[in-house]
Amino acid sequence: MIRSLLLMMLLTGATASFGQSEKYNDAMTNYLQQLSDAKTTQDYQKLSAAFERVATAEKTLWLPYYYAAYSLAMAGWTDANLDKDANAKKGKALVAAALALSDNAEIYALTYMFATQQMLVDPPSRYMTFGQEAAAALEKGLKMQPDNPRLNYLKGMALVNTPEAFGGGKQKGKLVLEAAVKFYEAEEVKPLHPSWGKQQAVEALNKIE
Amino acid sequence: MKQLFTLLTLLVFKVSLSQTTIDGKISDTKGRPVIAASVNIKGSYDGTISDSSGNYSFETFETGKQIIVVTSVGYNTVETEVVIANKRTTVNVILKEKRNELQAVVVTAGAFAAGDGKRASTVLNTLDILTVGGGNADITTAVKTLPGAQQVGESEGLFVRGGEGYETKQFIDGTMVDHPYFSGSPNVATRGRFNPALFRETVFAAGGYSALYGQALSSALILETVDMPEKTEASIGVSPLFLSAGYQSVSRKKNFSWGMHYAYTNVKLYFELVKQRQEYFQSPEFHNLETNFRWRTKNGIIKFYSLLGKSKLGVKDPDIDSLDLKNVFAIENFNWYNNISWRENWGGGWKTSLGLGFSYNSDRMSGALETPQGNKVLLPGMPWESKNFTLDKTETLVQIKPVIEKKLDALNVFRLGGELWIASDKPVFNDSAYPLRDHLAAAFAETDIYLNNDIALKIGGRYEYSSLLKKGNVAPRVALAWQFNKVHQLSAAYGIFYQKPENKYLYFRQPLAFMKSTHYILNYQRKLAGRIARIEAFYKQYNHLIRQTNFTGYNNGGDGYAQGVELFWRDKKSVRNFDYWISYSYLDTKRDYLNFPYSIHPNFAAAHTLSVVLKRFFLPIKTGFNFTYSFATGRPYYDIRYNTATAQYDIADEGRTTPFSNLGFSLNYVPSAGNPKAKTFLVLVASVSNVLGHDQVYNYQYSYNGKYREPIKPPAPRFFFIGLFVNWGIDRTQEIIDSNL
Repeated sequence: MIRSLLLMMLLTGATASFGQSEKYNDAMTNYLQQLSDAKTTQDYQKLSAAFERVATAEKTLWLPYYYAAYSLAMAGWTDANLDKDANAKKGKALVAAALALSDNAEIYALTYMFATQQMLVDPPSRYMTFGQEAAAALEKGLKMQPDNPRLNYLKGMALVNTPEAFGGGKQKGKLVLEAAVKFYEAEEVKPLHPSWGKQQAVEALNKIE
Repeated sequence: MKQLFTLLTLLVFKVSLSQTTIDGKISDTKGRPVIAASVNIKGSYDGTISDSSGNYSFETFETGKQIIVVTSVGYNTVETEVVIANKRTTVNVILKEKRNELQAVVVTAGAFAAGDGKRASTVLNTLDILTVGGGNADITTAVKTLPGAQQVGESEGLFVRGGEGYETKQFIDGTMVDHPYFSGSPNVATRGRFNPALFRETVFAAGGYSALYGQALSSALILETVDMPEKTEASIGVSPLFLSAGYQSVSRKKNFSWGMHYAYTNVKLYFELVKQRQEYFQSPEFHNLETNFRWRTKNGIIKFYSLLGKSKLGVKDPDIDSLDLKNVFAIENFNWYNNISWRENWGGGWKTSLGLGFSYNSDRMSGALETPQGNKVLLPGMPWESKNFTLDKTETLVQIKPVIEKKLDALNVFRLGGELWIASDKPVFNDSAYPLRDHLAAAFAETDIYLNNDIALKIGGRYEYSSLLKKGNVAPRVALAWQFNKVHQLSAAYGIFYQKPENKYLYFRQPLAFMKSTHYILNYQRKLAGRIARIEAFYKQYNHLIRQTNFTGYNNGGDGYAQGVELFWRDKKSVRNFDYWISYSYLDTKRDYLNFPYSIHPNFAAAHTLSVVLKRFFLPIKTGFNFTYSFATGRPYYDIRYNTATAQYDIADEGRTTPFSNLGFSLNYVPSAGNPKAKTFLVLVASVSNVLGHDQVYNYQYSYNGKYREPIKPPAPRFFFIGLFVNWGIDRTQEIIDSNL
């Protein structure tokens, strides 16, 4: 009898007690799974909205804001026809919301992405504004956490894509990417926390060799 | 047990109840679907975004009274209270568009903007002006690749839509620039005095511009200076033509900056290497000193810019009326241009701007006849008498222009302002003085009315009074713009424009009035990322133009018209790393003014003008290549003579020049492009005009007796330039790299 009652309490969700974080974990795990499968801009925008709903409902957690912005950044990289300024404007607002809750290095990777996407719209005229914004974000993030694997990965890729004669180069990039991979391996990823980029960093390294 | 069962069934019932579907449609006030709007239940995780038809649907476990929140970028957020009870609840929501400056339509009729891209009419950026092939970083040369401007090479200035060069005025931070071009010799166009890098934004208005600007019958070139430089830097420039050095300092907090730049130009060496048609006994020499200060105020900025210029040249031409005499022309110029502008935002939608200008210009010219041995000769009678002269011309202009702006809501704005020009011109021609003084006062008002983000109306008016003419005028201006799908845009503009006659007609103290033009412009623009297409049709009516009745008699009896169609196409997307634009202008114009015997096609207007600008940067060789090709059909030329018997002007001879064709080329090599953190930045620029060596004839001039005519040509078939520019502090290499990633 008591057992049935307990079971029943569990079944009905007993939403009041420990349900909140479980609901949060379930929702986030589910959305993160969808995020890894997402392909189209609509997928990304849908997920961004989903993360944002979690964020506004939870009020105090930076991760859902982070992923809401991250989803839009992914759309920005994959969709050539997307209005980068509108996308970045929305994304940067989400980044600001995340930063207001937790000023941590991880979030600056997103500022870097949005600013870079905006700069690439018209580099000659936008370099002075968005190019510098991107560089400053990366620098600030790395200053706060020099061993952040994702920031090192982004920095390494930027170097790889810049020709040697222009201060970049594959060898310089390789060193940073190798460091990034080392940081990825040493990192203990907390549940639901960002862990992207390791595979890409390893692939980029293999390509260089 | 029974109780437990009841409880269980109750619970099951409750669960089945909670699985409610909420669906509906999100549309805007015009019934169009809003795509990707976010819909959710306040405080819960449940929600979704609308699809491409504006429809949405999601499931929720929430019940009872809930708040549905709908948000979308560019729209006001809507919160609707619903009671979730049934299995399916439909909530349709209408979103109202936010009035937003970035989304809102901007009038593009007549205007081409080059700048930071924040304006909807932006088609070029500052770098584009610097890198027009063969343009040698001259603003006017770059603007000539846009529709509406003529390829006139025998005189400086922008000849726009059948207008004379003086019908285009340049404005820096709101105030008019009196002498925007260097002083030179007759029949040779000179460069502009201002470096394009000074400007954050350049708007070329080929007509129909705002009531804030006056005294330009045809066109306004509106230049806005950079607010605060990015970094402290030092620079030098080395070329066979000039040497320059500059320093620009910016305070750490970026709230104060100052800078100085000096350039010395002497073309003696160049003229020895590249033969010129004329013989220069004083090769052109220029000193240019620029000074600037900028202060950030609480919510605004004060900018001061000063340009001190001194130049001289002396040239000999074979005299057209004699076999072996030479015509000697010499000029010394001193020019001091000062501009102070103060912009302040007072909050509550109130903004002010104040423009102050002071300029001083002195030209000392002389003409003489000389024998081949170099001795001066004085011959009696015409035409000889007019060939020995001295002209000392001293002009000052003081300008004050305050403008108050009140923002009524997000978009609707009202502006009110005034302008005072105190001008003095003191020419002394062969010991006779013809001093002129004029106080031109103007008041203007303008309002931007937005019915919504897609429909805008600009209504303005301007009143002017000239103490010299003793006349006033009222000039209404109206512009309308309508955009659909943020891609297509239709604009129209109408306006009346007045301009004082040129001083040379006022020296003789005849009662003259303002010249007048009326513009009608219709414009269609299609703009997608990286591509822009524009078509514009215009009609311009000229009235009260200056007519010459005899040698020194003038009245306002002239008139004329100009009409045409212009196309512009730019594409930087179709081919990677490759950018090009094409401009075409068709112009039909006739005017009856000055000594024209009747209404004729003026000699500065070509019927068809085409410009193609190509740019490409090759990363492996660190070199950019820029080509500009311009073509214009032949222009008419006339020999107009005064017939003393009939006391009228007659056309004694006329014809049409060969078409104009010019291929300009420039390359910029960036050898130093070291690492992005390099403190030294180096760029080598080389350019040549008229690569194909086309024999350009701009016009013809006739001998006094009309028996001989001579073509007006450029001083040399080609112009070559090579220069090395070095900067310390600021690095522009990254700009060049990133533009090619």
